[in-house]
Amino acid sequence: MITAAVEQRETYLNASYGLKSWLLTKDHKRIALLYLGTITFFFFIGGVFATLIRLELLTPHGNLVSSDTYNKLFTMHGVVMVFFFLIPSIPATLGNFFLPMMIGARDLAFPRINLLSWYLLVIGGLFAIFAMVAGGVDTGWTFYTPYSTSYSNTWVIATALGIFVAGFSSILTGLNFIVTVHRMRAPGLTWFRLPLFVWAHYATALIQVLGTPVLAVTLALIFCERVFHIGIFDPALGGDPVLFQHMFWFYSHPAVYIMILPAMGVMSELVSVFSRKPVFGYGFVAFSSVAIAVLGFLVWGHHLFVAGQSLYAGMVFSFLSYFVAIPSAVKVFNWTATLYKGSISYATPMLYAFGFIGLFTIGGLTGLFVACLGFDVHVTDTYFVVAHFHYIMVGGAIMGYLGGLHYWWPKMTGRMYPEGWARLSALVIFLGFNLTFFPQFILGYLGMPRRYHVYPDEFQVLHVLSTAGASVLAAGYVMPVLYFIWSLRYGKPAGDNPWKATGLEWRTPSPPPPHNFDETPVVTHEAYDYSTTVGEAIEVG
Amino acid sequence: MSAPTEHVDSVRTYAIVWIVLLILTGVTTAVAYVDLGHFNVVAALSIAVGKMLLVALFFMHVRHSTQLTRLVVAGGLLWLAILITLTMADVVTRGWIGVPGR
Amino acid sequence: MASHAHAETLAVQEQFDTAAQQKDASGLGMWIFLITEIMFFGGLFLVYIVYRSKYPDVFGAASRTLNATIGAINTAVLLCSSFTMVLAVRAGQLGRRKAIIVFLILTLILGLAFLGVKAYEWNEKFQEHHIPGPSFHMEGAAEQGHAQLFFSLYFAMTGLHALHMVIGAGLLSFLLWQAWRGKFSAAYYTPIDMIGLYWHFVDIIWIYLFPLLYLIDRHGPKP
Repeated sequence: MITAAVEQRETYLNASYGLKSWLLTKDHKRIALLYLGTITFFFFIGGVFATLIRLELLTPHGNLVSSDTYNKLFTMHGVVMVFFFLIPSIPATLGNFFLPMMIGARDLAFPRINLLSWYLLVIGGLFAIFAMVAGGVDTGWTFYTPYSTSYSNTWVIATALGIFVAGFSSILTGLNFIVTVHRMRAPGLTWFRLPLFVWAHYATALIQVLGTPVLAVTLALIFCERVFHIGIFDPALGGDPVLFQHMFWFYSHPAVYIMILPAMGVMSELVSVFSRKPVFGYGFVAFSSVAIAVLGFLVWGHHLFVAGQSLYAGMVFSFLSYFVAIPSAVKVFNWTATLYKGSISYATPMLYAFGFIGLFTIGGLTGLFVACLGFDVHVTDTYFVVAHFHYIMVGGAIMGYLGGLHYWWPKMTGRMYPEGWARLSALVIFLGFNLTFFPQFILGYLGMPRRYHVYPDEFQVLHVLSTAGASVLAAGYVMPVLYFIWSLRYGKPAGDNPWKATGLEWRTPSPPPPHNFDETPVVTHEAYDYSTTVGEAIEVG
Repeated sequence: MSAPTEHVDSVRTYAIVWIVLLILTGVTTAVAYVDLGHFNVVAALSIAVGKMLLVALFFMHVRHSTQLTRLVVAGGLLWLAILITLTMADVVTRGWIGVPGR
Repeated sequence: MASHAHAETLAVQEQFDTAAQQKDASGLGMWIFLITEIMFFGGLFLVYIVYRSKYPDVFGAASRTLNATIGAINTAVLLCSSFTMVLAVRAGQLGRRKAIIVFLILTLILGLAFLGVKAYEWNEKFQEHHIPGPSFHMEGAAEQGHAQLFFSLYFAMTGLHALHMVIGAGLLSFLLWQAWRGKFSAAYYTPIDMIGLYWHFVDIIWIYLFPLLYLIDRHGPKP
């Protein structure tokens, strides 16, 4: 029940009304919600493509769609999910909303650039949607040349333009976050008192700023080659198609860290609040975030092991690829150690956190398998790799995202989501995910190639299991949409701090006022200082 | 970023840097016509780096800037170096090992 | 002309606590933007390095078809524009409205002169059939494909650079308008400073483009 007092209080939601007040807002919290709507839309578009892919793979003989159409399905699934869902997801929604609040600021350093970032994502998305509706693109989300430049008859340019524009959205968000963290921390908030969520987003921002421009210029070269026929990657002119792959993966490998680091940031928050303990080894986790960002730029050649790259370069990249796993492992160990002797509660966000720890570990370990040059020669371009990255992207990143969304939902909306339904959907998602993707490890190991829709009959059982899992997973994803919307009207009103968490964002009302804090807070203690609230259980459900 | 208003460089400082930049442009052009073998590239790039440093340090005020600014600049250049070095590590070594059967 | 206090209040946006914090943030933001530009141009420099290392002789021959004198003069023009730009920033630091305007105009004129020369050079290339595409042909090139790669890079790199110059010219015009309206003072000249950084950066790109494109092998093939 809403009391009169709550109705009168000014929040960022009711401070102004009308479409213009949203479309021309400078408030990072409103921009975060604009992004939330946008990326949710794209997630379901990417999900539609996934559904069609899995339906097609139910049978070995390619009955549902033609090969050309199938090529378009997996291409567009990848393009939409990577560039229009995963890359923006946590930074643009939870990061935008909470990074300023976590550091005690009134907004990001450049609010209008923040709004511009959203518009760029939308414009880029419109280009991509146009390409899809006009007939699709079939090059794979990786756009390898010379197929994408010389041979494909599909909407490569429109899609490339869409990604190009969306890339600038990402760059500007990263720039904004870096300047904000450097220059707008509240008094007393030293770097090593920052929530690890902030560290994770800072590291992510470094990648966005250093890597995305290379993707942009690479896509621009594809554009030039298709439009002006200049043949930069055309072997007939002496061009080198593998050079394209170097340039593409220089960004796209670090991009996977853009997709996972923010989820790791969420993990640090969840694991500490739901164990009522500071994160074990704070300094190590903070440094690991930056180490992942830096090391992630040194390993891209592991995507080129069988592309024609020199064996010596392959060995160097394989060797370096093992190093990037170390800081990730450090984080997993430290989250686990945080649980030790903690007072653990199993609220929905924590369920997602547990899911993340397990699934990311599997995904990460299989990453080591494919980092091994000798092993990768056998499993590259098979479902083994597909399973590996879906364990990280879906089992890791999306679970992190959902965990964070549930955790901060009360702060953003002033409402609790229904705990029973939320726990159920977390379970459904976990089960559906494993049923979808675990068989794919086996499929890949047995030799099932990726991007094929016709396969030997003996693989059908595993594909059927995978498709069955996908339908469960889909149901699991629809449930939160329904109950989150339900909660906006009927959810239990949340107080300022329903989880009794530390962190500056919990020191303002839910939903927050437009300027976040009535007075700039002064920080006097370390992050995750649960010592003052020890023994207080969290009321859940 | 420039330092707060206190540090205003003199016109003379800027003019000297400008003249040196013009001279270096002349030098790099002239040297290109002399056959120095592999050293031509070294000379051209060294002069270019020198000109870049002059513009950055003096015209862009990096010499008065904070450590953070310098770190940002160094980071950008380092990242470009990573891109070039590791890619060239592949290009240069491709011919080093024969393909079995050829 | 706006008063000192008026300019300071005008300039501070609500997310910042002080004008100094805002100026600091702007500067850091602009520098980070410039390193994204380093990586953006950097991709083209990578392509250049790869193909020049593979086809040094053809690249040398193709480079010789460019007019190094014009290239050098254009380089000098741009360096002069950097000089006038930094003088404009200095005038901003000292709050001298007329000087700001004069130096911005000079910078703009020099920048437009550079673009004019570039247009002339490109037209020459067009006349000589050195534009990559179906009608490309370079006299005396052993491998037309490799020569085409050089010119693809030439147009891509100088084209991207020219695009940045055009944007720069637009930004300078905006600055001129603001300066004319008296928006700047010793307390607030940040936009001049920031756009100055951008302008110098674009100059630095050309500092590399000139030797890399025009001066590869001016002394001709070895006997």
